[in-house]
Amino acid sequence: MADYILKRLVSAIPVLLGISIIVFLIMAMIPGDPAMAILGSYATPENVEKLNRDLGLDKPLVQRYFIWLGNMLQGDFGRSFSLNRAVLHEVLERFNATLVLAGTSFVICSVLGVAAGTVSAARQYGLADKAITFAVLLGISIPSFFLGMMMILVFAVNLRWFPVSGMWPIYGERDLPSLISHLTLPAMVLAAVATGVIARLSRSAMLEVLRQDFIRTARAKGVHERSVIWRHALRAAMVSIIPVLGVQAGFVLSGAVYVEIVFQWPGVGRMLVDAILKRDILLVQGGVVFVAACYVMFNLAVDLAQSLLDPRIKT
Amino acid sequence: MKHSEMTRRALLAATAAAALGLGAVTAQAQSPENVLIVGQIAEPKALDPAAVTAVNDFRILMNVFDGLVRYKDGTLEVEQALATDWTISDDGTIYTFALRDGVKFHDGSDFNAEAVKFNFDRMLDENHPHHDTGPFPLAFFFSAVNSVDVIDPMTVRFTLNAPYAPFLSNLAYPTGLIVSPTSVETHASEVGRNPSGTGAFKFVEWRSNEAVVVEANPDYWDGAPELQAVVFRPITDANTRTAEMLAGGIDLMVEVPPVSLSEFQGDAFTVHEQAGPHVWFLILNAKEGPFADVRVRQAANYAINKEAIVNDVLEGTAAVAAGPTPPAFAWAYNENLEPYPYDPDRARSLIAEAGAEGAELTFFVTEGGSGMLDPVAMGTAIQADLEAVGLDVSIETYEWNTFLGEVNPGLEGKADMAEMAWMTNDPDTLPFLALRTEAWPDKGGFNSGYYSNPAVDKLLEAARASTDQSERARLYQEMQTIVHEDAPWVFVANWKQNAVTSDRVGNFSLQPSFFLLLDEVTKN
Repeated sequence: MADYILKRLVSAIPVLLGISIIVFLIMAMIPGDPAMAILGSYATPENVEKLNRDLGLDKPLVQRYFIWLGNMLQGDFGRSFSLNRAVLHEVLERFNATLVLAGTSFVICSVLGVAAGTVSAARQYGLADKAITFAVLLGISIPSFFLGMMMILVFAVNLRWFPVSGMWPIYGERDLPSLISHLTLPAMVLAAVATGVIARLSRSAMLEVLRQDFIRTARAKGVHERSVIWRHALRAAMVSIIPVLGVQAGFVLSGAVYVEIVFQWPGVGRMLVDAILKRDILLVQGGVVFVAACYVMFNLAVDLAQSLLDPRIKT
Repeated sequence: MKHSEMTRRALLAATAAAALGLGAVTAQAQSPENVLIVGQIAEPKALDPAAVTAVNDFRILMNVFDGLVRYKDGTLEVEQALATDWTISDDGTIYTFALRDGVKFHDGSDFNAEAVKFNFDRMLDENHPHHDTGPFPLAFFFSAVNSVDVIDPMTVRFTLNAPYAPFLSNLAYPTGLIVSPTSVETHASEVGRNPSGTGAFKFVEWRSNEAVVVEANPDYWDGAPELQAVVFRPITDANTRTAEMLAGGIDLMVEVPPVSLSEFQGDAFTVHEQAGPHVWFLILNAKEGPFADVRVRQAANYAINKEAIVNDVLEGTAAVAAGPTPPAFAWAYNENLEPYPYDPDRARSLIAEAGAEGAELTFFVTEGGSGMLDPVAMGTAIQADLEAVGLDVSIETYEWNTFLGEVNPGLEGKADMAEMAWMTNDPDTLPFLALRTEAWPDKGGFNSGYYSNPAVDKLLEAARASTDQSERARLYQEMQTIVHEDAPWVFVANWKQNAVTSDRVGNFSLQPSFFLLLDEVTKN
């Protein structure tokens, strides 16, 4: 097991190096440079050149890459010029907020998705199945930024049940209830699509399992139907559901970008969008590499979880 | 079994209800009296006036810092602030300021001539021990300054390398605001997160991506503010900002999207409008192609229905521009200038005279950008108007930074026309940087359409060297008449800045400088 983890970690190195090269090249190649973004209409060639020199962007490309990589290996991700603070500091703070949002969404979509898929499969072609299939299709089809705006309009502006945006109240305690009230709408919006996808796949995985012999045996032995579905069948189906959850975690993380913008959630997705528009090279590069590293780790965790559930998968 | 299931369901329902209840309680909490919550369009970059360039950051800074001079309420004319008096030498190169006595920075240190010298040396002198707290992108506003000398503790002298008329209004601009030297020495590169000025409000805290909080400075030299505190919240999405305003999460919202204005018609809100020193125009390529002929340039001015653009596309958030100088510069504006009327027939006959019927034109349009309003919709309307008079216009759209990279080096060989907008603090800046022959892109200026008229060059150079405001005004007005006739640009619109306040907010008005001044504002 330890060997396997080590091997997977080592194999992540070329992946991360590749990502670092790609994101570096993209930022170097997109037109418009940071000096221009800062100076706006005052961007004379002379002013741009001076500012680029001040920002250390006048060095050759290859040299800049290795300086960046070298610093990063020592834990120095550089300084964001648009926010005027250390990149790592900003990324960690923002990633924290994204984890709260994406983590909650992931729990919601996993639980709701698997439950809905299971119920759907157990009552195949029944009323519950039809209702769930319809809801699932709706969830998958509505773009999350639109759903977000509608939720804000209904639940925050008209009903005033929840705050419109942000993560913490401007006034008052930063406690759990206030976090929950800020989190509810964005987490549900973010979970909508993933819940649909997971429900669909859980349904088919369950239907597959329910046709198998051991289920018939269990039923023949008189095991209560509830136990057949939720203990025996679901456990077997989880083996094919868990990889889907792993993929969906990635989608939730990337979907967070839209939701964070609509709900002004101070997360890493919104940070990256702002940083790209401002050509904040170091912040974009540092942010992308960090998120990629987390994603690699997460995939590893999913694979490990799967091997624990299914002894047939060798680690 | 049945029973336990019911219980589980009941528990679930109770939890959900509790969560909703909690949400409801927190959301309905009213913001306190005398604390103004402002919805900003973005997170500030830094609270160091010398290091920032965005209007969004200026909105905070103008309330925390003062400059030597400032704009008189409701105008773009300079008046005393931290300087109580000044003299200008006859050749316009030596400015001597008498400073206000007894003013202290928020950190307790004294404001004096040394502090003024420190601020400008930090920005301009590469060998200054704190020059590394930059970069200072707008330092070129003061590139004419040769030296800053302390004459006595309360007198400071600026020596310029040449007469430079915009100097005083540049001092009123945020780049000229005075930062406490002690705060720079203490916080070094973190000074942008620990600002200390002399202004009406003191910095309290900056919670990243959530809020910047400032509180009243009871010892403010110009009278303590009415408000107890101000909270600046960055809300980058315009729809979300509108929703926050409707839900009562913020008291004051700036830059309301034109389409959202109708939401704020009722008694619960007040919509404020103020024309500013902004002009939105089309650069025409006067070097080559059809626009090298002045008649075709004038035809473009006649052909475009500017009324329709400001009323229909921009929903009345802008006024039709008459010339290169925005009317907000009241003292320098030529009142006799009339906008080119919408006259497609006149345009057609001018085009026919010039033999440019059916000419193919390339039009650079940006997707967004500072001061660009609604550039895609405006570009499309302009394209339709020009096609109606027989010009064949094809649009090329670019993202803002890319757009600047294409337009600023000049349109030659690439395009016949391009959108552009400028917001400046002095009537000198835009024409000097964008209309003179010496300002062609290859000479480091912004005259991307290669307009050249020796008479205009002469007027602008004379105006820059003059220190007499009425003389300057005369020169600028003459320049506007000539430029209007030569039509190097299509003059389209002057943006009216807008803001919405809730009915709890009193005494608020927008300034033509586009700064947000809150020291008189009340909230109950």
